Amino acid sequence: MTSSTAIAFAIGVPLLGTLLILLHKRYPNIREAITLGTAATLFLIVLSILPEVLAGERPNLTFIEFLPGISIAFEVEPLGMLFAMIASGLWIVTTFYSIGYMRGHHEKNQTRFYACFAIAISSTMGICFAGNMLTLFIFYEVLTLSTYPLVAHHQSPEAKAAGRVYLGILIGTSIGFLLLAILWTWHLTGTLDFEEGGILSGKADGPLAGILLFLYMYGIGKAALMPIHRWLPAAMVAPTPVSALLHAVAVVKAGVFSVVKVIVYIFGTDFLSSIHHDDWLMYVAAFTLVAASCVALTKDNLKARLAYSTISQLSYVILGAALATSAGVLGSGMHIAMHAFGKITLFFCAGAIMVASHKTEISQMDGLGRRMPFTFIAFAIGAMCVIGLPPMGGSWSKWYLMVGSADAGHFIFIIVLMISSLLNVAYLLPIVGRGFFRPAPPETNDGNHQDHSHAGIKEAPAFCLFAMAISSAGCIALFFFADRIIKLLEPVAKAAG
Amino acid sequence: MFLDYFNYWIVVFLMMAGFYIVIAHDNLIKKIVGLNIFQASVFVLYISFGKITGGTAPIIAEGFSVYSNPLPHVLILTAIVVGVATTALGLALVVRINEAYGTIEDDEIHKADEEED
Amino acid sequence: MVAHFPALLVIIPLIGAPICMLVRVRDWSWAVATICTWASFAISWLLLQQVISDGSISYQMGGWAPPIGIEYRIDMANAFVMLIVTGIGSVIMPYARESVRAEYGVRRVYFFYTSYLLCFCGLLGVAATGDAFNLFVFLEINSLATYVLVGMGKDRRALTAAYQYLVLGTIGATFIVIGIGLLYAETGTLNMYDLADRIEKVGASRTIGAAFAFLVVGISLKLALFPLHLWLPNAYTYAPSMVSAFLAATATKVAVYVLLRFLFSVFNIELTFDVLPLDYILAALAVIAMFAASTVAIFQENLKRMLAYSSVAQIGYIVLGISLHNAAGVTASVLHLFNHAIIKGGMFLALGCIVYRLGTVNIHHLQGIGRRMPLTTAALVTGGLGLIGVPLTAGFVSKWYLVIAAIEKGWWPLGLLVLLSSLLAVVYVWRIVEVAYMKPVPENAEQVEEAPSSLLFPTFILIGASIYFGIDTDLPLDAAIETAKQLTGNGE
Repeated sequence: MTSSTAIAFAIGVPLLGTLLILLHKRYPNIREAITLGTAATLFLIVLSILPEVLAGERPNLTFIEFLPGISIAFEVEPLGMLFAMIASGLWIVTTFYSIGYMRGHHEKNQTRFYACFAIAISSTMGICFAGNMLTLFIFYEVLTLSTYPLVAHHQSPEAKAAGRVYLGILIGTSIGFLLLAILWTWHLTGTLDFEEGGILSGKADGPLAGILLFLYMYGIGKAALMPIHRWLPAAMVAPTPVSALLHAVAVVKAGVFSVVKVIVYIFGTDFLSSIHHDDWLMYVAAFTLVAASCVALTKDNLKARLAYSTISQLSYVILGAALATSAGVLGSGMHIAMHAFGKITLFFCAGAIMVASHKTEISQMDGLGRRMPFTFIAFAIGAMCVIGLPPMGGSWSKWYLMVGSADAGHFIFIIVLMISSLLNVAYLLPIVGRGFFRPAPPETNDGNHQDHSHAGIKEAPAFCLFAMAISSAGCIALFFFADRIIKLLEPVAKAAG
Repeated sequence: MFLDYFNYWIVVFLMMAGFYIVIAHDNLIKKIVGLNIFQASVFVLYISFGKITGGTAPIIAEGFSVYSNPLPHVLILTAIVVGVATTALGLALVVRINEAYGTIEDDEIHKADEEED
Repeated sequence: MVAHFPALLVIIPLIGAPICMLVRVRDWSWAVATICTWASFAISWLLLQQVISDGSISYQMGGWAPPIGIEYRIDMANAFVMLIVTGIGSVIMPYARESVRAEYGVRRVYFFYTSYLLCFCGLLGVAATGDAFNLFVFLEINSLATYVLVGMGKDRRALTAAYQYLVLGTIGATFIVIGIGLLYAETGTLNMYDLADRIEKVGASRTIGAAFAFLVVGISLKLALFPLHLWLPNAYTYAPSMVSAFLAATATKVAVYVLLRFLFSVFNIELTFDVLPLDYILAALAVIAMFAASTVAIFQENLKRMLAYSSVAQIGYIVLGISLHNAAGVTASVLHLFNHAIIKGGMFLALGCIVYRLGTVNIHHLQGIGRRMPLTTAALVTGGLGLIGVPLTAGFVSKWYLVIAAIEKGWWPLGLLVLLSSLLAVVYVWRIVEVAYMKPVPENAEQVEEAPSSLLFPTFILIGASIYFGIDTDLPLDAAIETAKQLTGNGE
């Protein structure tokens, strides 16, 4: 099939999957098989577009003229290609994990879960391949709406409250800020297409461009720039596969991906650095980086700690893009990939611990590593990837981010990156250490029938372990295949440099 | 000036009186009466427009060159019919309201409604 | 025959009304009403095509030449509005059969359809005519029939709602008559296009100014512009389901058309917006409407009343577009006329389905209804997304044009206010979502099934249209752009 039809299929196949999933409500095994099949098909479709993009082509597809002068159009460029591959590939892995988790945890409404998942992935594909800002905005909103049922899955009062925060912040920022920025851009330039070198240079002068940047950055609430970050910890109330999806695969990545695309293709890195109004963005990103890591240190709930870690890691990507140098943008793109694999592994482990032992607080997990060795080893691998230690892929992205800071002349950010790496070590590695090297709490039997010991805990369900193994392997593999990613992202970096 | 335009002053007076009755009185039938007075003022306004100084009835006859304008009268007939229909409908509604509530005082109806839901 | 389409459009429902009154066998009156409505829809569609290809049509009633005779002038603006009115009517008629029968009883439905046809005819007459006093006559035909329709609701508060609407509506109509009278006194003509020429020559004399004021206030009352909206919540809440849907989708829209016609065609743009400061007044009232009405909607427990206040807010958007009086602004207004008609019509139809099964639309009795009546609730929520202005719904396109219009005029804070008020819509739509989906079904709830397909089908046609026209925007957008061009361009 041609690449244009591949783009259409990439968005359509998950939607078709949704339909089939809904029809097979009563046959769970067939339903899971459909999800896996759809995910695999999607991954293959996405891969088929890769050779053309590597060769320098930009496959495109125009769907319909929405308003006079703007169409719903798609164009594949390297960043989008990378994101699409990650999203579709990790969908397969997450599906394996979900099967183990949802069944192991006896979750209800599984059909709705898988169906909304598929719609969310479809809209993510739309974001990856968007050719103009309007298309991106449309799929961005569809993503918010399709993940709401996932966040509020449990339908408990906490889930309802979390859903309100999630939806309120994301729709509030997207309609209030982002749409205004898009309309203003349209008014100024007459187009919304993503173009190398940006479309705003020459059309918007200093302060106006600064205001526009503010509207865009805070309008893209999924990038969790402080203080628009509250929705992320709130969404922790969702089942762990949802957190894995949100925090590694689709939602937050869509946010920072949009940020990078706006900076590179709407503003243009040259224009941005020339107006000196992106400095505030760098400092806010750096602040978010450090502040979120500090908050993560204080959290005892494992998922909450990982949530704040995600907020911090997202600001890495934003910082890299804001530096507006080729190395910085390269580091951002790579970090999208590295963090995806690292974080998803960490969340898989957190969920596995919850299914197998019903423990959610880190202080209860002393010595658990000896009972669940695979899980904790995978956690260690994911942690090292996020921290940025070799031989995990994360080290490459951090390297390029530091180079980018140096290129831009902002040496302070090198220090910031190093401090944050140390903080990452401080809040991630102790979990592994305590798991393996601390003694388990003694067997007690107080009147409340609460037994904090680890008696009777076995390893996580098989499907979960399989997923964790693949994602950990991915962390390690990315270290060795980083050059392929660099080659893919080269045109973007050159456009930025 | 007052005497020259006294018909317009009457229009203004009737309009305000009618409007006041609609707003100030609670009795539903009195409101309709007020509405009628309000509309009657408009009728007078139109007819005043139609009369041309020195004009005679609009029937062509010898020796007359200035005629009053017949069109406003036609318009007012239409408006009167509309007013009659409105009054009829309003009164019918008042009859039904009386059956349903047992009263035609606005404040009592409000109280009954608030207690309901 | 084709040449007489403008007249036939109005006369067919007008003749259908007394026929309905005579046909008392079962619900054959419904059949008469449906035939008349569908015939009008076909005619208005053909008229629209004719206007698109040939330009404005001028029809002389009875062969008497204007400006003495009454003229029906069909240009893009009225053709589009008539299409909306007849279209909504045609979709609602199949719905009406079951819904009215359930709420009203078979033996007396002929009263209902008689009033409905009169209301329908009045709306079309208002839209088609080119004579100012003829407009008043048809407006009153429509209004009186509407008072009857509203008063037919099951709840006894429908009667007080109809009475309140009658009093306020008559005051509004009387103001319009005063305005027309003053215009006639100054210019000597009642034909709208002749008026336009003569007003331009006279300029802004005191009489013209007074006429302008009376007309604008009277029309604003009919279109429920804040603060003249007091009749709307009660009327929409207590009227029968089909009437709420029909009124929400058509009555205020035709009033907006009248405002557009008077502001842009009769009084030209310079007089309206440069000499008299109407743009500031309308903009201020519109913004207050948007925020105040949306906020009040959030706290309502009766869903029909919530949607009624939401309608007041949406009318605020439309009037805001008018106050911007550039091409994009009027486009946004006309486009939102269409979009709001289908969205609100669809949502009220969905609420009618709920009333049909449950007998109530109080939000506390609707817990878990997403599970009991999934299709109906899906339609309701989808319409709600259109109210918010989520992309891929029709509401998004109107909001887009409205904000662009504000930015183009240089009043970009208005654009921001439009977007912020959409966030208020998120709150009240999400109240519905949470109660419908998040709350479990209470144990003692009665067993209800989904609404019958004769009710669901029209609902889905309208809601489906709101999604379809959110993606393929050609038809309404081209019509709106053309209308705006004609209205703002040469004032013809």
